[in-house]
Amino acid sequence: MPGKLKAKIVAGRHLPVMDRASDLTDAFVEVKFGNTTFKTDVCPKSLNPQWNSEWFKFEVDDEDLQDEPLQITVLDHDTYSANDAIGKVYIDIDPLLCSEAASVISGWFPIYDTIHGIRGEINVLVKVELFNDLNRFRQSSCGVKFFCTTSIPRCYRVAMVHGFVEELVVNEDPEYQWIDRIRTPRASNEARQRLISLMSGELQRKIGLKVLEMGGNAVVGYLQCFDLEGESGLVVRAIGTACTLDKLSSGSAPNTTTHVHPNTAPASNACNSPSKDGKESPLAHGCRSTHNSPVHSACSSQRLSQNFSVSVPTLIFTGMGSGGSAGKEAGPLKTLLRQQTQTALEQREFPFFTLTSFPLGFLVHVGGVVSARSVKLLDRIHNPDEPETRDAWWEEIRQEIKSHAKALGCHAVVGYSESTSICEEVCILSASGTASILNPRYMREGCLDIGNTDHRFEEPSPPSCGFCHIPYDELNMPFPAQLTYCHHCRRQKVPDVLFTTIDMPSEAAVSGKGCLIQARLCRLKKKAQGEVNATVISNLLPFMEYELHTQLMNKLKLRNMNALFGLQIQISVGENMLLGLASATGVYLTALPAPGGIQIAGKTPIDLSNEHHILTIQKRINDTIAKNRELYQINPPELTEEVVGSPIPEPRQRSRLFRSHSESSDELSELDLSHGKKDAFVLEIDDTDAVEDIHSLLTDAPPPSGFYSCNTEIMPGIYNWTSAVQMFTSVRVFRLSNVNLTNQGLNKIFTDLCENLLKSFYFKLRSMIPCCLCHLNFTVAVPEDELIQVAVTAVAMTFDKDQTQERTADKPVTKGCSETEEQLQFPLELFADSSSTNTQTSSKISGVPESTGVSPRAASVDYGSFADRCSTWLELLRLKAHTIRRGSVKTTSSLDRCSPLPEGRSRSLRSNRSFGGGSVTVVKMTPLSFLPGTRIIKYLGIINMFFIRETTSLREEGGVSGFLHSFIAEVFAMVRAHVAALGGNAVVSYSMKECMLMENPHKNQAQCLINVSGDAVICVLETDQEPMSSTTSIGQTCTSGAT
Amino acid sequence: MAMELDVFVGNTTIMDEEVYQLWLDGYTVNDAVKVRMEGGVLEECEASADVLLSDTMDQYRTFQMCERLLHSPAKLANQLLFQIPPHRQAVLIERYYTFDDAFVREVLGKKLSKGTKKDLDDISAKTAVTLKSCRRQFDNFKRVFKVVEELKGPLVENIRQHFLLSDKLARDYAAIVFFANNRFETGKRKLQYITFQDFAFCAGQLINNWTVGAVDNMVEDMDVDLDKEFLQELKELKVLITDKDLLDQHKSLVCTALRGKTKAFNEMEANFKNLSRGLVNIAAKLTNTKDVRDFFIDLVEKFIEPCRSDRWTAADMRLYLTHYTNSAHILDTFKHQVVWDRYMGVVKSCIFKMYHD
Repeated sequence: MPGKLKAKIVAGRHLPVMDRASDLTDAFVEVKFGNTTFKTDVCPKSLNPQWNSEWFKFEVDDEDLQDEPLQITVLDHDTYSANDAIGKVYIDIDPLLCSEAASVISGWFPIYDTIHGIRGEINVLVKVELFNDLNRFRQSSCGVKFFCTTSIPRCYRVAMVHGFVEELVVNEDPEYQWIDRIRTPRASNEARQRLISLMSGELQRKIGLKVLEMGGNAVVGYLQCFDLEGESGLVVRAIGTACTLDKLSSGSAPNTTTHVHPNTAPASNACNSPSKDGKESPLAHGCRSTHNSPVHSACSSQRLSQNFSVSVPTLIFTGMGSGGSAGKEAGPLKTLLRQQTQTALEQREFPFFTLTSFPLGFLVHVGGVVSARSVKLLDRIHNPDEPETRDAWWEEIRQEIKSHAKALGCHAVVGYSESTSICEEVCILSASGTASILNPRYMREGCLDIGNTDHRFEEPSPPSCGFCHIPYDELNMPFPAQLTYCHHCRRQKVPDVLFTTIDMPSEAAVSGKGCLIQARLCRLKKKAQGEVNATVISNLLPFMEYELHTQLMNKLKLRNMNALFGLQIQISVGENMLLGLASATGVYLTALPAPGGIQIAGKTPIDLSNEHHILTIQKRINDTIAKNRELYQINPPELTEEVVGSPIPEPRQRSRLFRSHSESSDELSELDLSHGKKDAFVLEIDDTDAVEDIHSLLTDAPPPSGFYSCNTEIMPGIYNWTSAVQMFTSVRVFRLSNVNLTNQGLNKIFTDLCENLLKSFYFKLRSMIPCCLCHLNFTVAVPEDELIQVAVTAVAMTFDKDQTQERTADKPVTKGCSETEEQLQFPLELFADSSSTNTQTSSKISGVPESTGVSPRAASVDYGSFADRCSTWLELLRLKAHTIRRGSVKTTSSLDRCSPLPEGRSRSLRSNRSFGGGSVTVVKMTPLSFLPGTRIIKYLGIINMFFIRETTSLREEGGVSGFLHSFIAEVFAMVRAHVAALGGNAVVSYSMKECMLMENPHKNQAQCLINVSGDAVICVLETDQEPMSSTTSIGQTCTSGAT
Repeated sequence: MAMELDVFVGNTTIMDEEVYQLWLDGYTVNDAVKVRMEGGVLEECEASADVLLSDTMDQYRTFQMCERLLHSPAKLANQLLFQIPPHRQAVLIERYYTFDDAFVREVLGKKLSKGTKKDLDDISAKTAVTLKSCRRQFDNFKRVFKVVEELKGPLVENIRQHFLLSDKLARDYAAIVFFANNRFETGKRKLQYITFQDFAFCAGQLINNWTVGAVDNMVEDMDVDLDKEFLQELKELKVLITDKDLLDQHKSLVCTALRGKTKAFNEMEANFKNLSRGLVNIAAKLTNTKDVRDFFIDLVEKFIEPCRSDRWTAADMRLYLTHYTNSAHILDTFKHQVVWDRYMGVVKSCIFKMYHD
């Protein structure tokens, strides 16, 4: 089952001067794949050599094609001494192995050297001829598509979601520590880059095999991480969601291709718990031993694991399924649904999904966040008998998550992710996700045909609020919470607050805009070794989680919001401290009750001065809440309460602002377990710490006007994006100078660090106003004793402010409506058959938001109502994009109400267009799964790159800042070059997984590792109606999309 | 907060034009922060001084990394390290090569050598342009000079293509290169009143009319050096002052044409022989490199100063020179009309430019 890899070296440019005497270079190139190496001729005395080599052909197994990168080394020929290496290029040829992705890699690649950075560029052409192979027992998994995107990729339709896939590969780290040894650091760093490239190829191939076994053809939400465990080795692990995807060729009705995918054939055995299979069958191990030589076991005698679930719903509750009669008429339906889904899901070992946003109707109910952490010791003892320790560790954590989800009455976990934090030999493993109930329709074979019968079960709750309805049993609540009837449909119960790790469903009804909410925490700990250290850490963890949670809750209340999306809690461990950072996007969901205020209470009463103090603080808090309500434009529909009346007797509901939740929670039966205390809303001032806490609560500055921020894909409440995007990465390291720090002081420093970063972003991006920082992803680390490192990657996107105002004005609204109708025609025609079943329900559903709809919500309701009529979620996306585009066209074409764009931007747009065909393809990058104003027409493959940079002249390069600045710029450049070479013009779902900086200023040295990933795509401007499918037109779309 | 490390990198390189200018002007980071604070950006965006410092540092680093590319602007367009929209690239290049008139006036006509570079601190003190900025400008001159020196073809076009500059800036650089190559004297006190733009105009005239390239544009070095043959031929013009008949005839023709048309007629008539001798002598001496260098100072001493002391207006000057040039054509014994026109055409327009009322 061989394939033929062909590579051609065309030319080089901007090469560095290697011969001081002549100021020139005699360059030649080595092309290596596996164990075969070819060389080009030497191109003498040129900095811009033209090699124009023959095609170098490698005949190899497709298994190797998946694992190995193509290695290109540029050297300077030297007659008398050894040839000097100028630099290298690693090309991942995986995208060429999938027929739907790229067909050729061709372009200029930066020549990279770990010491000198980018040194010129080389033009390379790579092709693969793959011979199809039907061997069932094959080791390769060519053709399985990988996506970093955590939603269904834009130009695909999901036929089936198979579920969780995971794998990990272990190896010895060629250079676990940065010390001078016999080998030069450069040589070991190059070895390291090569090894990791190889390991991630192998990992991807193995995951692919599992997907094929399950009957899928793609992995969505692929998350790959490295654990540099130091002396005990190097772990590369990945998780993802296996799916069967159908390509949407948007010219033809999709149902023609729906059921004719060859990969569903073996789907009958797809239900066997896949991860277990993968591990035990010898299948996956055929070629290269998975767990290479020295795998080191955990300290097995003492099992240190600290597990607990965070989040609102934390539970130790077991009596699920017993008291089935919940809600009203929804009760039986719910159980029916549950039974049905459970059959589909229970066969899976881990019903986990790495996706964060879903096709319409996929997500039925959301329970809450579940998380588990465990502290492990990385042991030096080589234990070849137990090579799968890491697997066991993760298995343990996943079981924990699964049981938490079950306790919440949920059968699945969505928005699932895993992470580690390592300091010396201590390692904290964390996993978190959102417990939820899913619609079984997407998990059964041929599911889409029987949409009719399934439909009954989906309907009981309208999509704008359905996911908020509690999945657990009201009488046996897993944790103390206040339930009320849904403020939207009035039929089912909802909790008072909702925490999730997923993106907000696009159909959810919100009031106003969302905002980034962060809880930050530092805890000092004593330096310790081994088990003592691990015990100290695991004892600290629950307190940190509790405090982070309290902070989040308070800040949420302070902003007058009642739900968190995209919640991520990171705990990083250092030698003498632990850092905790929780980030999420707060939203006001209209289905949930209005949040209560925050009440301050003094512990020691009858102290007049104190009393006065409390009053002033209380006033400040109330003022802030009022201000925030205005800032985020939160105007919940007050009407509904009066009209429908709350069916649940809740006297305190009216006095919302000053209501204390703890009082009411006292009334609930003694379900209070572990740390699930719900007294967050009465803040007692009994000591100075508490005062500090309240002050820190109030110090979070709101973003300056014109700015919004969130850590989710898009900002709830903003729909009219314009096309300007600016992705950025920012890193800050703070050195703690004061040795005698207290927890309080440390907290202040950490909070300031994060706040100042945000302020800096707002300042730098001020020319983009009105603008929203989306997908703000903070990563914290304690790289050394007294250092705190914060790295942020995010994207700034502009939106059209005037658009919203237009919506509320009379005339445009009617115009908008007619447009809505128009747009409906388009998908209805295309998907006539599938949508017919849904149309009957539409009138009913769209009626719901109308009755409650108040002006600020109009935008979201709009989408919700016509979205219901579409059969698939992808149509919704298209429609949404459609409206956005129409909106922007409207503003630019009609001159009289034009120029909402600031001068600078409109100018840049214009000139971009005129310069579109420049010599370097413009490649846009974004951490989101889409680019506003454009449509993705093709996914070209996953980008997963790992670089190491080192320097021995730190001062000369401008210190650590100068060093890292140029390294990050170089990483961006290399990502862009690879995407452009694949024929793409954008990277979506971009993320920087790792940024590990080590410095030694005394020796004038520094070293940095960066790992980035994303999906290379071709996107076209929304205005180009017809997607171009022929290869000739792709060139055009590249340039037009690049504008 | 003092940061150990603080970087911000955008996929599209973020550059603030104001900060770029401060960087070009040689401000240190701290001074730049002060200037920006006074400019009021802070109030606009509710930011603190820390934010401004961090932003300025980021931008300065970016500019420093870009500087290497700006030295050969063509690279900026096809390098991969920075993603900069083309119109921004153009701004970056244009601004980088823009110079201060005060500074260029000091080095115009000087040899672009290490020696001159050593004097830059004096120039910096004199012109109030920071030393850093002086160095950048000087190095720009030198770089352009070096590249263009060895190229065939029209000077302005070469500069524009190699350095991607605007037409105006390319012309200015051509003037600088031309002056540096011929080492024209511009620093004398008597010449101080002449601006760089005046000289640049004159350089343009000389390049377009007196160089080898002006006749045949496929000759090497043609735009930088004066046409030797032409300079030789200029000696023939001496007949206009050595032949007494010719001189008288010339004078009477000019005077007839001027009579009644200007208040300065009497002075013109009285000075005719002196002025004519001055101009023709300048022409005749141009074969000597030394006298080429003194071309502008000679024009001022031999022609402009006498006229100015007689209070000629610019219009008088124009009138006089026009008739002076044209009348020579009517002289039947004067056979060097072509050379005369080529000479007088340039001298006339140079004097017009250099004669400030």
